Amino acid sequence: MNWGHVRIVAGTDLRRLFKSKDYWIPLVIMAGLFFVIIPLLVLTMLGRLEQTGFVTQVTDIVGRLPAQVTDAARGETATARAGYIAAVFLLAPIAIIVPVTISAAVGSNVIVGERERGTGEFLAHSPITMRELYVGKLIASLVPGFLATIVGFSAYALVVNLTVGASIGTWFFPTAGWVMLIVWVIPPFIAAALAVILRISARVKSAAAAQQASSLVTLPVIILSYGVSATVVIAPGRSAFAIGAIAWIVAIALAARGASKMKRERLLGVASET
Amino acid sequence: MNQAIHFGSVSKAFGSVHAVEALDFDAPVGAVTVLLGPNGAGKTTTVRLTTGALVADRGDIEVLGLHPKVDGDEVRSRVGIVPPKPAFYDQLTGWENLRFAARIFGADEHAALDAAERFVIQDALTQEVGGYSTGMRTRLALARAVIHDPQVLLLDEPTAGLDPESARNVLDLIREMAARGRTIVLCTHLLHEAEGIADHIVLMNKGHAQASGAPAELAGRYLADPVVVFDAEDRTRLRDLADRPGVLSVVENGSVHATLEDLDRLPDLVAELVLDGVRLTRVEPLEPTLEELYFEMQRSHRKSAK
Repeated sequence: MNWGHVRIVAGTDLRRLFKSKDYWIPLVIMAGLFFVIIPLLVLTMLGRLEQTGFVTQVTDIVGRLPAQVTDAARGETATARAGYIAAVFLLAPIAIIVPVTISAAVGSNVIVGERERGTGEFLAHSPITMRELYVGKLIASLVPGFLATIVGFSAYALVVNLTVGASIGTWFFPTAGWVMLIVWVIPPFIAAALAVILRISARVKSAAAAQQASSLVTLPVIILSYGVSATVVIAPGRSAFAIGAIAWIVAIALAARGASKMKRERLLGVASET
Repeated sequence: MNQAIHFGSVSKAFGSVHAVEALDFDAPVGAVTVLLGPNGAGKTTTVRLTTGALVADRGDIEVLGLHPKVDGDEVRSRVGIVPPKPAFYDQLTGWENLRFAARIFGADEHAALDAAERFVIQDALTQEVGGYSTGMRTRLALARAVIHDPQVLLLDEPTAGLDPESARNVLDLIREMAARGRTIVLCTHLLHEAEGIADHIVLMNKGHAQASGAPAELAGRYLADPVVVFDAEDRTRLRDLADRPGVLSVVENGSVHATLEDLDRLPDLVAELVLDGVRLTRVEPLEPTLEELYFEMQRSHRKSAK
């Protein structure tokens, strides 16, 4: 494997993406909505509804949550504890929805896009191996998702500490579960989804078809990760580590399979041309 | 190794469409080989098979002594290609596109800059390629194709849709590369494009080679009777040319076009005319144009197919 080839493919794709504002601005807006706006609204509202019946309802819901959750909740008042639980446990899945969606949006187009633009012709006649191309494209699709995770997570931490942290009396975020989620569990979930999406991108005839098909992959990954992320945040111990390890193994296996199945002729529109 | 490229009974089908069928041809080292044929003749597929971008269903392909199916990456690192519609990353600048190609082919940035200067595109390298004209894109494609100084250059309909200046750039590149001993394969259906630069012609149709050889050899095979143009101070003195021995026919078309049995007859014919007092102003054996040759070859193959 020529890593110089991998680096230039990934770097070129990222440079193109960075220059395509009409492509990444909606993704940034989506990330801002899920990581900042919605948490800010939810957590601010929770902190300001102390004198209403809503707090009673929230307290009632909190009381029915698993003991692991209620025991972990910090804060002196019911509102503070509700805010803590919402910030740490209920909003956890957004940490995976956003990066998976962003990476899928980028990844679905990376190979079929080469064919549609005609740049696949150059790559097909170049000495780059299909394994190098696949890995380069995979990295180029992973980076926006990872970047969204890191930046979004940092922004989310700030929102949580400024809203809920004030009522608890200390900045408490990120918790160990969230760190485990961000560093160990989310990356392989994104990688696994992308490994499949890139194979789809190599096989379908148009970018529109690739986006449609990739949503079929993204949805189950999001549903699965929703459950997984809640587990990891509640109990960031050995089982959470094992979940991440299994996800890494699956992701690497899918990526290896995808790289081996990549065909040079898929970069060409060969079906109708002679 | 006298042949840079060898195709032996190569076939490639896409479903029920036989793009290339039992194709045989050789491209000699250091020569300009022109794959001549109408759209759909299989020229693009032949180019793609040459680099190993496509794998043949049957047959044997050798490029510079290597087999593209086995040594594809090695073959591709020694071959440059100019596709019919060169495509680039439009959001990137010309320089970013060239640097990308240079790194993929293991060339350095000096080579990229040299290639850009060679095709006079260096001043536009800071612009995004999306704003390039067709001619600029072609010049950038030419620069990209030679960035790694390839031993074999494949040009697939390279002048399609180009202005005359850009088309001349392409033909100049072919002549320059050929002069440096590189092997060129030019796919075209434009006869004037191949005129004067082809050392070797492969006439393709429906996926196979109908005929191949040097232009003179093909002309000898398909246009057997030489034509000589005569003119004189008094053209009426040439009217009896058709009655002279060795002259098959005469057509007056501005000057007099005489079809001879054999070009060896020409010196005697000229001597006879001079002895008869005809003051000749022009005696010129007419080289058949590629167009005449092409249509004669097509006619001949249609006749033999019937």
